[in-house]
Amino acid sequence: MKYDVDERGYYGKFGGAYIPEMLYPNVEELRSRYLEIIGKEDFKEEFHDLLKNYVGRPTPLYLAKRLSERYGATIYLKREDLCHTGAHKVNNTIGQILLAKRLGKQKIIAETGAGQHGVATATVCALMGMECIVYMGKVDMERQRPNVERMRILGTKVVPALSGSMTLKDATNEAMRHWINNPTDTHYIIGSVVGPHPYPDMVARFQSVISEEIRKQLQDEIGNPYPDYVFACVGGGSNAAGAFYHFLNEEHVNLVAVEAAGKGVDSGESAATTALGKPGVLHGSKTLLMQTTDGQVIEPYSISAGLDYPGIGPMHAHLFDVGRVQFVSATDDEAMNAGVELSRLEGIIPAIESAHAIAALSQYQFEKDDVVVINLSGRGDKDLETYIRWGKY
Amino acid sequence: MKNRITDLFSTHSKNILSVFYTAGFPQLEDTVRIAQYLEKAGADIIEIGIPFSDPVADGPTIQASNKVALDHGMNVPLLIQQVKEIRKTVTIPIVLMGYLNPVMQYGVEKFAKDVAAAGVDGLILPDMPVYEFEETYHDLFASLNLCKTFLISPTTSEERIRRIDGITNGFIYAVSASSTTGAKGGFADEQLAYFERLKNLKLKNPFLIGFGISNQETFSIASQYSSGAIVGSAFINVLQNSTDFETDIFNFVKALKGKTSQP
Repeated sequence: MKYDVDERGYYGKFGGAYIPEMLYPNVEELRSRYLEIIGKEDFKEEFHDLLKNYVGRPTPLYLAKRLSERYGATIYLKREDLCHTGAHKVNNTIGQILLAKRLGKQKIIAETGAGQHGVATATVCALMGMECIVYMGKVDMERQRPNVERMRILGTKVVPALSGSMTLKDATNEAMRHWINNPTDTHYIIGSVVGPHPYPDMVARFQSVISEEIRKQLQDEIGNPYPDYVFACVGGGSNAAGAFYHFLNEEHVNLVAVEAAGKGVDSGESAATTALGKPGVLHGSKTLLMQTTDGQVIEPYSISAGLDYPGIGPMHAHLFDVGRVQFVSATDDEAMNAGVELSRLEGIIPAIESAHAIAALSQYQFEKDDVVVINLSGRGDKDLETYIRWGKY
Repeated sequence: MKNRITDLFSTHSKNILSVFYTAGFPQLEDTVRIAQYLEKAGADIIEIGIPFSDPVADGPTIQASNKVALDHGMNVPLLIQQVKEIRKTVTIPIVLMGYLNPVMQYGVEKFAKDVAAAGVDGLILPDMPVYEFEETYHDLFASLNLCKTFLISPTTSEERIRRIDGITNGFIYAVSASSTTGAKGGFADEQLAYFERLKNLKLKNPFLIGFGISNQETFSIASQYSSGAIVGSAFINVLQNSTDFETDIFNFVKALKGKTSQP
């Protein structure tokens, strides 16, 4: 297919595997085996069984009537917020832990920003009885205390990343260093469509269950698998990759990725990578990256801890480059207002990440019969503190 | 065309000491005098690190030095100026080591041309893929007479080591353990077995052992299997604590090369 990763791990000019030699055997083992393993019947059976009976899939595609009325379109919410652990992240961690088992790995490491991917990883490690270490920036550990404790209750060791700015990118650096130091018995579960090939493709495949279900559900609901629009927020881009995946080759479906503009795209406190980034190399792939002219990575900002990553997955960089996906952004205030609006109109408090996708609706002029799907990637429970601090509700 | 690295290895096959430090550390302008003192003290190769915000292959010591250097405003154009300054007096080989992104933003081709013109002899770009070098930069580097050093580790397969040996010009950087940079104490038996295995591969290129070289003992053991060794974090620690670079660098190099004979 046109937008698939090529044999060498590239999406157009983005992707690849830009890793120090010490990581090469780990990544090469994964690259040479992931397609064969995830294509096997026993894998698919176990994966789908867990998604159904453990995660609670398929997640509903809910016709949001009052939201539809508000924006003059037919708006459906893909309820990833109803997944076990509260977000779409678990789709990927289930897939990767089954893969890790088949690779004979005994230990799992992961990075986490807001803690959602960390919790999803800790959860599947508990489920499979595997030892788990999650790296989390010290600053994020302080900001996301409840998720730290959730991981600890699940039996995971949470290690503070003390380097750099002590947030997500530094937690990722620390996880990579751990993997360099423990190359044979450990699998690294990356939480987004970032990292060296094959991670972006592998994570996108595990998350693609989202768009697979949307197609089926729309077919049942409206007799046609294709919406006019799909909206998703983008940090690294895993929920967007999953929501777009099975629509990429249907060019009549408008795909909209919503980045976090923070305090405004040009405010100096933003995470809008496509607006502010240039091609660069970080965490193993060539992608769009927020950086100085000297090539030092810039620490992004967003009120949402899940969106403040300085890059986007290479697949998204390519989709932006060729114009297949429209990239827009929403500021902190726009997202928070949208979060409260969804709460009031539909009785659903969204994660602040997902609220960015809702916030972008007002940037579009819809026709009444336009079918719009918003990927509601996570629930707002974890963000209660941020809602309270923001206070305008 | 002559290259100082290939010249060195053509005349010396043992106890070669390559010393790594981060450009712009501890102070921005220290890059130049550290190189001068290293040559004076008897180091054989100077390896200068280009600081990066996200050095994933490095342990805490070199990470911290990167941060200090970046806070001072260290960057590639400034480093090229410093290398030119170093080359006014220093004649031993100079290798630059850097993560790809800062080099990419400068422009890989322009970078290669400018550093070669400044007097650099070789490059280590640990996260540049082998295929990208082979397909895109091999001929450019060759035309500029720049050596390209690749890393290998204990988990690198023989097939891949041979492929890397085939495209390397100068020396191979054998990482001593599956680890990030920094001292670990002595060598374990499996590390020695790995050095022995490397030695017996009879590669086209000489190799230097790095990561975990911190004192005379580890340098001397590494040198028994290889053409010599690379020391980095231990030297950064010396710089960090030094009030008299000339003396401390002299003593550090002498102590490392200690009982081993001069190359």
